[in-house]
Amino acid sequence: MIARKDLVLEFRTRTAFLSAAVFTALVLTVFNFGRDPTAVPTLDLAPSILWVTFTFAAMLAFNRAFQLELENDALDALLVSPISRSSLYLAKFVANCVFVGVVECVGLPLFVLFFDVPVWGVLAPLAGVIALATVGFVAVGTLFSAMVIRTRFAELMLPVLLLPFLIPPLVGAVQVTAALLAGRPLSEVTGWLRLLAAYDIVFLALAAVLFPTTVNE
Amino acid sequence: MLRAEGLRHTFGSVRALDGISFTLSAGQTLVLFGPNGSGKTTLLRVLAGLIRPLEGYAAVTGGRRAVGWIGHQSHLYGHLTVRENLRFWAALYDVPAAQREARAGELLHRLGVADRADVPVRVLSRGLTQRVTIARALMHDPSVLLLDEPFTGLDLAAAAQFRALLAELTGAGRIVVLATHNVDEGVELATDVAFQARGRFVHFAPRGTRGAGDIADAYRLAVVGA
Repeated sequence: MIARKDLVLEFRTRTAFLSAAVFTALVLTVFNFGRDPTAVPTLDLAPSILWVTFTFAAMLAFNRAFQLELENDALDALLVSPISRSSLYLAKFVANCVFVGVVECVGLPLFVLFFDVPVWGVLAPLAGVIALATVGFVAVGTLFSAMVIRTRFAELMLPVLLLPFLIPPLVGAVQVTAALLAGRPLSEVTGWLRLLAAYDIVFLALAAVLFPTTVNE
Repeated sequence: MLRAEGLRHTFGSVRALDGISFTLSAGQTLVLFGPNGSGKTTLLRVLAGLIRPLEGYAAVTGGRRAVGWIGHQSHLYGHLTVRENLRFWAALYDVPAAQREARAGELLHRLGVADRADVPVRVLSRGLTQRVTIARALMHDPSVLLLDEPFTGLDLAAAAQFRALLAELTGAGRIVVLATHNVDEGVELATDVAFQARGRFVHFAPRGTRGAGDIADAYRLAVVGA
């Protein structure tokens, strides 16, 4: 219900989605024209560029998630309502996953266009890896966005606090993406896949437990 | 029933609540007067469960589901229409889908905003937004209403409509706690009157037959002397 409301509001305003989509296109463009293809092979560089782009585009979603609730202090009314704090977190998590997923759906074709990487043969496993990593960093991002929302300079605080926690899923996602794009079997990166799955489970559960303390006065 | 026992809370060195206790039963309306910064909002936020007091406790029969809350802001989403906002909040309180539309229509009609039901909230004036805020708080037919300066922005006609609605609700057994700094507002609704200053109740008594003038005199004596 709350997730649907967030998506309806985003669909009507399109502010954050357009910002994230334009940001994604711009970053990929800058990386495309700023690199020297003869110095570093594209396949070595592309996975890092993809995940750096997705991560920073997702920050826009995280900033937006609780900003919506502060507009007329709707957050107070949500906290008075019988909805549990954990359910509120899960609703925000779902809305953020959809938002980031849509931005990734825009970003991936642009990535293929700019970097000419062979994704078609590995599209299904690549989508799976993107989903696996996205769940983890959205779980943590949603929690941190609630933590910083009532602070001054929330938009600056969020990346500073959040990025250290995103290092494990980002490293894992880059490693698995690199293996897929190089045509190597997934069995070579099962350790990284396990790390991504464990990160998702641990941080989703931890965030749902910790979230109530971040929104209580 | 609404019960507050030994509530104490501070913000830094400021004492917002300093040992407040009271109990209200069905049909009682406590009107809470006090100057700015006397702790009225903090008390209401503690009663609503938004602030955990440093000492004491507050309990509402029926829990959070039984509470209707109006704070300083509208708690509405500007890009949703009036009707969408009311539907959303009703759904959060598990009001059956079949009843949401009728309930929203009835409240909007009573508050004189039925003709704005399909207008986005962001284009409404302050007064009309406040009427929708009141409708939002009543959508789930709460048994306890916590109202912080609910007359803000209302014109005379809307304030009278709201007072009539509150009188009906208390007549039907609802409990109301209404905070205001204006003695003329809502005094006739009160079954009980409290004056709050520096986090304490300096006066708490049934209103009896006292009118606004008597209450204003008592307020000046009690609060200025506090």
